Amino acid sequence: MNNITTDICIVGAGPVGLFAVFEAGLLKMHCHVVDALPAAGGQLTEIYPKKPIYDIPGFPEILAGDLVKNLQKQIEPFHPTFTLGDRVEHLDKQEDGSFILTTLAGTQIACKAVVIAGGLGSFEPRKPAIENLEQYEGNGVTYMVRDPETFRDKRVVLAGGGDSALDWSIYLAGMCRELTLVHRGTTFRGAPESADKVASLAEEGQLNLILKSNVSEVHGNGKLENVTVMIDNATPQQIETDYFIPLFGLVPKLGPLENWGLELEKNAIVVNTVDYSTNIPGVYAIGDMNTYPGKLKLILCGFHEAALMAQSAYNIVYPDKKFVLKYTTVNGIQEI
Amino acid sequence: MKDTINIYVQQDSGERTTLEVPTDMNLSVMEVLKANEFELQALCGGMAICATCHVEVLQSPPLPAPSDDEAYMLESLPHATESSRLSCQLRVSPELDGLVLRIMPEA
Repeated sequence: MNNITTDICIVGAGPVGLFAVFEAGLLKMHCHVVDALPAAGGQLTEIYPKKPIYDIPGFPEILAGDLVKNLQKQIEPFHPTFTLGDRVEHLDKQEDGSFILTTLAGTQIACKAVVIAGGLGSFEPRKPAIENLEQYEGNGVTYMVRDPETFRDKRVVLAGGGDSALDWSIYLAGMCRELTLVHRGTTFRGAPESADKVASLAEEGQLNLILKSNVSEVHGNGKLENVTVMIDNATPQQIETDYFIPLFGLVPKLGPLENWGLELEKNAIVVNTVDYSTNIPGVYAIGDMNTYPGKLKLILCGFHEAALMAQSAYNIVYPDKKFVLKYTTVNGIQEI
Repeated sequence: MKDTINIYVQQDSGERTTLEVPTDMNLSVMEVLKANEFELQALCGGMAICATCHVEVLQSPPLPAPSDDEAYMLESLPHATESSRLSCQLRVSPELDGLVLRIMPEA
């Protein structure tokens, strides 16, 4: 655990979050940036680093990864600090109007303004629609394998057909008392060698492989006791188990900030286009995560939003100073 | 060649909404559904990474096969069917005329 004090805490290290550091830096405001992913760049780094982008002003064509590199270079003079691979969980407003943000790992960031540049959100496990499933979360139902040892000598039912379902089946086979993999399809599209390995584990009797089937019900008494598998969409079969692990990939969600008291509309944060402020004074939202009439989810729109946000945040960070717009052509970049 | 086609969205009640769609705007079916204000999150904007534009094709002329990315995503969904598609990966073209689909509830 460590504590950080800064002027602005930016939640999200995608292109818009990074450029917000630049706009804030021009106005001599220091920034700390937090991102759940282990590297800066958001979607551009994680999803399409090698794809060209054609609508960045001044760049007829630039690779997403290169845009991130350029932005990182552009903000160097402002010496931002980063907490990567950790997620902001709590936002607490202090009596003096400042904020303390707390991450999952327990890092606390004290700041005068908060800028949410969360893009698509954080990627969380996709949960199958099974009645009462959530009731057993932490009591037998889990969506990821954090510590495989948890499952040693236990009965485990996995569901899914992607790489993670295959990989964990292979890893856990021989380790669990009883292991079942339930897959909707008849084939696996994951890595062929993994699919072959799973088939041979099933032949050896180390894995109970149930194809063309879905887990349709979960039952227990406080703790998970068994699941119902609908075989071929027709015949129910009950399997006694200690754990059920659905592995159906990830889906972007707003995550913890859903509970911060922000005004939301269709999974986006409602902002005032004067300065991209939210309904909580001192909290701004810029980039793909905000919404307003006419919103376009474009990087260049996020850049514009960052510039206006910084002007407004200046009044919070330096309430006694008057804001004067300075052109970089006149003043250059003053390191902070 | 016609420059608009019809795409039909079937509700749970069986009722169908007809959408007249231009073929010369390089739209995806996801964009058409969003533009017509159907409840569809389509969070990722068309990159086949979120599957929040999942549809089931009920009737159609022969469709182009899903790309590896799309097929892989469909495979991982808990409630996909044999005729599931990601609507962001279906390009509107004259060949799609008469497509009937239903919007899948989110997993």
